[in-house]
Amino acid sequence: MVDSKHQWKAWLYLSPAIVLLLIFTVWPIINTVRIAFMEGYNALGVLTGQQFNIGIGNFVNVLKYGDFLTCLKNTMLLTVLTVPLSTILALLIAVALNSIKPLQKFLQTIFFLPYVTNSIAIGMVFAAMFNIIGLSPDGARAESWGIINNVIMFFGGEPVNWINAQSSYEANIAVMTIYIIWNALPFKILILLGGLQSINKQYYDAARVDGTPRWRVLTKITVPLLSPMLAYVIITGFIGGFKEYSSIVGIFGEKMGPVGDAGSLNTMVGYIYEVLPDMNYGDASAAALILFGIILVVTMINLQVSKKRVHF
Amino acid sequence: MAKKKDSIVMHEQDLQQVSAQQRVMRVLVKSFTYLFLGVMALIVLFPFYWMIISSLKSLDEYRFNVPTLWPQKIIWANYAKAFDTADLGQLFMNTAYVGIVSTLLSLVITVLSAFAFARLEFKGKDMMFGALLATMMIPGELFTITNYATVNDFGWMKSFTVLIVPFLVSVFYIYLLRQNFLQIPNELYLAAKVDGCGDLKYLWKVMVPLAMPTLISITILKMMGAWNSYVWPRLVANDDAHRLITNGLRNAFTTTTGDVDYPVQMAAVAIVSAPLFLVFLFLRKYIMQGVSRSGIKG
Repeated sequence: MVDSKHQWKAWLYLSPAIVLLLIFTVWPIINTVRIAFMEGYNALGVLTGQQFNIGIGNFVNVLKYGDFLTCLKNTMLLTVLTVPLSTILALLIAVALNSIKPLQKFLQTIFFLPYVTNSIAIGMVFAAMFNIIGLSPDGARAESWGIINNVIMFFGGEPVNWINAQSSYEANIAVMTIYIIWNALPFKILILLGGLQSINKQYYDAARVDGTPRWRVLTKITVPLLSPMLAYVIITGFIGGFKEYSSIVGIFGEKMGPVGDAGSLNTMVGYIYEVLPDMNYGDASAAALILFGIILVVTMINLQVSKKRVHF
Repeated sequence: MAKKKDSIVMHEQDLQQVSAQQRVMRVLVKSFTYLFLGVMALIVLFPFYWMIISSLKSLDEYRFNVPTLWPQKIIWANYAKAFDTADLGQLFMNTAYVGIVSTLLSLVITVLSAFAFARLEFKGKDMMFGALLATMMIPGELFTITNYATVNDFGWMKSFTVLIVPFLVSVFYIYLLRQNFLQIPNELYLAAKVDGCGDLKYLWKVMVPLAMPTLISITILKMMGAWNSYVWPRLVANDDAHRLITNGLRNAFTTTTGDVDYPVQMAAVAIVSAPLFLVFLFLRKYIMQGVSRSGIKG
């Protein structure tokens, strides 16, 4: 089938995609690496014909700058907290869903709902749920403690200043963790349930004949047979976690922190977007490459671990 | 003889006891499963419930010391106020325009590229396809910096073009559609050729209808993308004439904590969330299919 007419046609059909990819994908890869190593690269300097030294100055700059380390810490902490918790919870829900017949489709739809939401919009709802209205300066009294605190007080607990001014870092992180898990569940449940439904029923029949306890069935049959899907949701979970940004904007606004403590919850992606409008492309590129490096290393580690653990 | 019969009877009794025990156990496990799923479902649904009831309360009622679980008096006016405060009409139009134009253009590009990769033979095809797939591993933030500079140089800032063009090509969609096209037997293509049917006509009359489910999935994900996009529009087109819905929502209600007019804010959130829910209600199958193969959010 290879003739010159086809060759010409194929390239014609591909041309719109190729042109756009060259401008908005290939060139950015080359250019970002290039300017990451040009010290102090910025748009104004380019206009005035400034010469930039080649070196790792941008990387040193970014890493030395305290804000980036805060962003790195926040990103790491949120990822390490949310990925395992949401994976375990999603696994439990998927296994439970898979074991029932009536209401299965209905419940499955409910669990998928958070996926079709806007993370900024629903972040605002979570903020409303955790918000305290009219908190006295000493933090002892409030006009309204908010629904979450009311539930806590109903069960005899103490109200917590979750996200308002002077709230603690731990409380902020707890709220973010809850919101991110709520957001991450639907995708994980969908993938894991799909995996569970494709497991051959014979394994479970054999286990039943042998009288294997349920816990052993879960750990010795379900999890190993589900391991490719588990590896997939864990890897995509880590990648998504390192790119966390808009869920924080949803709850705390563009200040990325509670009132009076702006930027205390900023993330790596947030850092990149913050320095961009200043035309400080050198630092932004270095930060993006560091982010890419971290994602690459973590994905490699994940793949290495799953090579040993995943049973295909 | 009688003894043997006894032992058999006893054995049957044992079995009955065991199975009765198992039955109780099974009922217990079942009820626990439903209880667990029910509680989790309530937790998942609670923010939606809270959004709706809060959007219908008066501000005074919202500030009650102990929150009410259902509005004492339903205030529909919050919705009208939200619509005006955030200028949601304009935002809806902008977002619909960007969503529709970018989806249509993106579909044309994706169909043509997927056809070339699935049906035509050309030098370097496999290498080219591999290179495309490799770009999928790089986080989008790495592109953003240079693209920001590029669109600035092009003079595209604050336009619809800047919201549409940079994201027209999705390697993932090309991959998805190519896999779908490959399942269509090559004989159909050759037969069409013999009958003198041109490539484009064949593509339009045979391939596109057969790949409709995939194309619908792509359309929905792309539209949801426009609806939910926040970061790029905020950087390049955050002016009144071109602002998209998510940015508009965030801009109109910058304060999330303290004593703000929550009922109106929640009404705005509900208006913005509603179209997504409607789409989900009617096209659940396509969304879930598309998502389970993609792993991308919006």
